Amino acid sequence: MGLKEKLHKTKLKYQGKKMAPAFNAIHTFLYAPNETTHSGSHVRGADDLKRTMNTVIMALVPCLLFGMFNTGYQQDIAINGAPEAFSLMEHFLTWDNFWLGLITILPLVVVSYGVGLAVEFVFAVIKGHEVEEGYLVTGMLVPLIVPVDIPLWMLAVAVVFGVVIGKEVFGGTGMNILNPALTIRAFLFFAYPTWMSGDKVWVHGAVDGVTKSGTTDAISGETVLGYLAQGNTEMSYSLSDMFFGFIPGSVGETSTLLILLGGLFLIFSKIASWRIMVSAVIGALAMGLIFNGVVTAGWIPEYSKFYSLMNFEFWQHLLVGGLAFGIVYMATDPVTGSQTNRGKWIYGFLIGFLSVMIRVFNPGYPEGVFLAILLMNVFAPTIDHYVVRGNIKRRMKRLKNATIYPKTSGEVEALKTETV
Amino acid sequence: MSKDIRIKKGLNINLIGAAEKTTSKAVLSNVYALNLEDFHGITPKLLVKQGAEIKAGEPLFYNKNKEEMLFVSPVSGELVEIVRGARRRILTLKILADKSQEYVSHQPLDIEQSDVDAIKGLLLKSGLWPFIKQRPYDIIANPDVTPKAIFVSGYTTAPLAADSDYVLNGKEAELQAAVNALGKLTPGEIHVSIGKSNNSPLAGLNGVTLHNVSGPHPAGLVGTQINRIDPINKGETAWTITPQDLVIIGELLLTGKFNAERTIALTGSVVKAPKYYTTKIGAEISTFLYAAGVKEDKFRLINGDVLTGAKTHPEGYLGFYNNTVTAIPEGDDYEFFGWNKPIFNKISSTRALTFSWMQPKKKYDLTTNTNGEHRAFVVTGQYEQVFPMDIYPLQLLKACMVKDLDEMEQLGLYEVAPEDFSLTEFICISKQPHQQIIREGLDLLHQEIG
Repeated sequence: MGLKEKLHKTKLKYQGKKMAPAFNAIHTFLYAPNETTHSGSHVRGADDLKRTMNTVIMALVPCLLFGMFNTGYQQDIAINGAPEAFSLMEHFLTWDNFWLGLITILPLVVVSYGVGLAVEFVFAVIKGHEVEEGYLVTGMLVPLIVPVDIPLWMLAVAVVFGVVIGKEVFGGTGMNILNPALTIRAFLFFAYPTWMSGDKVWVHGAVDGVTKSGTTDAISGETVLGYLAQGNTEMSYSLSDMFFGFIPGSVGETSTLLILLGGLFLIFSKIASWRIMVSAVIGALAMGLIFNGVVTAGWIPEYSKFYSLMNFEFWQHLLVGGLAFGIVYMATDPVTGSQTNRGKWIYGFLIGFLSVMIRVFNPGYPEGVFLAILLMNVFAPTIDHYVVRGNIKRRMKRLKNATIYPKTSGEVEALKTETV
Repeated sequence: MSKDIRIKKGLNINLIGAAEKTTSKAVLSNVYALNLEDFHGITPKLLVKQGAEIKAGEPLFYNKNKEEMLFVSPVSGELVEIVRGARRRILTLKILADKSQEYVSHQPLDIEQSDVDAIKGLLLKSGLWPFIKQRPYDIIANPDVTPKAIFVSGYTTAPLAADSDYVLNGKEAELQAAVNALGKLTPGEIHVSIGKSNNSPLAGLNGVTLHNVSGPHPAGLVGTQINRIDPINKGETAWTITPQDLVIIGELLLTGKFNAERTIALTGSVVKAPKYYTTKIGAEISTFLYAAGVKEDKFRLINGDVLTGAKTHPEGYLGFYNNTVTAIPEGDDYEFFGWNKPIFNKISSTRALTFSWMQPKKKYDLTTNTNGEHRAFVVTGQYEQVFPMDIYPLQLLKACMVKDLDEMEQLGLYEVAPEDFSLTEFICISKQPHQQIIREGLDLLHQEIG
């Protein structure tokens, strides 16, 4: 008896039982179910939610792998200084770098998936619905948007909070208001701010006091934004470093190149909305240009603490911090984002716009993407409401010329004046 | 006068097993049946008892809410069985056909001289009225209401559906007679749509507004065309009728006889030799299904096309409205890692390791497998790609699910029928039952608002 038949028999045995959703989740992971259509269309398209989520995960894998290499590389240059003649194969894509990244990041992934899916399974069993796939992507996003040295227990607590409060209380996948991954990050940020910002958390080992060999200086490393926020204007990283991602930052957010490729893949596969991505980029550029304009016009003195961030070349905002990552993987979350095509333009634009604004004006923590997206998550239904109103207004306008028979004046007029 | 309608949004579902354009006469069926589920929202009141001898065209039952609306037998014979379901609801009426057919004959009508009431009266008492459907609500038309226009779609885009141009061939006289009569029932126009650059028998009709429609499915659905030509507002009524039913109406007007004969397409990848058959409404499907041959034992038999038809079985009967019978393989099997491996043999509206976008002309052998489990709505913007109406499909579905009558009205539920959501249902990643949701929404709206 093959595995297929065995699982089929177990499924029949569990049918209607409390643990059925848990078993089905594992079963449908191995085999696409044998369900056939019962009402409506007798044939169905090839895609299901698992495939959709899986496509997003595939787009995230390059960022994860890059993050592993970068973890090793950042520690290496923090200890030994940047190599004089940088070579990709010699200094970056090395086994040492990868190994260090693997042993630090894999636990993050395991904790994120393990805790999150456990919560999902528990809720599915309690509420008697199938385990929905939303967490497959969330679980992958979470390790990519936290600093590499975040303690695992903090991550576990945050994941429980994010999944329960951010999603399950609203009814699970498809019902949540806020992006669960960002809810997790927001929880971490406000509960454990010292572990989420500063110059220690971005390099593996810096918090624990790994020292430079031969000296007593503890190592540190700072994100580009953090550096700028302290009033520095001299850029310590080259443009190509920022674009390719050889800079400190959250695990998966540094490589703009890979994020760009992932975004193109998602657009090509028609999984993520290109409207949100494009308009968010436009929004970020617009805000960046405004700030650059303010500096050029001389409205802000050089000693202002906002000066260096405002003076930051407008398009380079897209290369640093989590902006690109947020736009491609988080803003495009269909559940929490705007649901209408016109709404998506507005929603995306405001995300880009607000991200750069918060980034510049936030004195404590120079990153605004996750706050901007969470804020727009809240406003997405409002945007949709007004977009849909437009459609309703068109329909009401049409109603004025309605031809209703029989044309017995009174009744018909009453019908017409009645608001739709 | 002809106008062009170009539909851009949509998706053609190309399936294996299109009917070859040859017509055979199906073997005569012993038993004919009327399936009352075909008449949505009708409460039947029987006029004859079990065992009664009836003629073709003789009333079997009437609509409880509209007593003049009669439903007649397609053949002459004996009413042998009344199949009842829960709470004694009548499901099926079975008639054992006589060897020689006798028809109820009506006085043929001089349409030019007749007034509206005479035409309506004839259609109601001859049992042809149920062929006329109305929007809103997608139900049999209410004869007391004057429609603002009548819509006929002669353009076929539904997968494997019978080709209107082919089945209507040579029926010009009947079509014209029917159009003349229906023209009297509305002060508005009769909008007839045909495909581009072909010689549809509908093209030569007088007294209609002709529209040339092009584009992928659902361009051929009458709802899509109404939305483009003259969308339905609150309080308005439009009638729709399929061209093959026009032929039956036309024949009655010309000869006085209800001739239930129609040409149907037997299609689908399971059928060995898919082609057209002439048979009668209510005939046993087995009379022509096995003549054409089936390739396997386990298959899904559908009264209608794969997107909108009703599930039936080889011992079932041809539905009242459809002129297509489709047989496709059942898909009740598991597929190892079916959710993440590349897919080449199924149709998809995305490119998430699905490759149907590379070969838009390829014909597929789809099964009834859902390709995934039912989920909450997650993905957005997908339906809009295949939904050409000026309506927000996701929002309307959600309004129907939460039974928000105001939203349903405002978002355009009056304009749609369940079939308009068949394509969004097909591509739905969350495998939601769109047509059922819309049907329930329409029923609720009808019940509450009337």
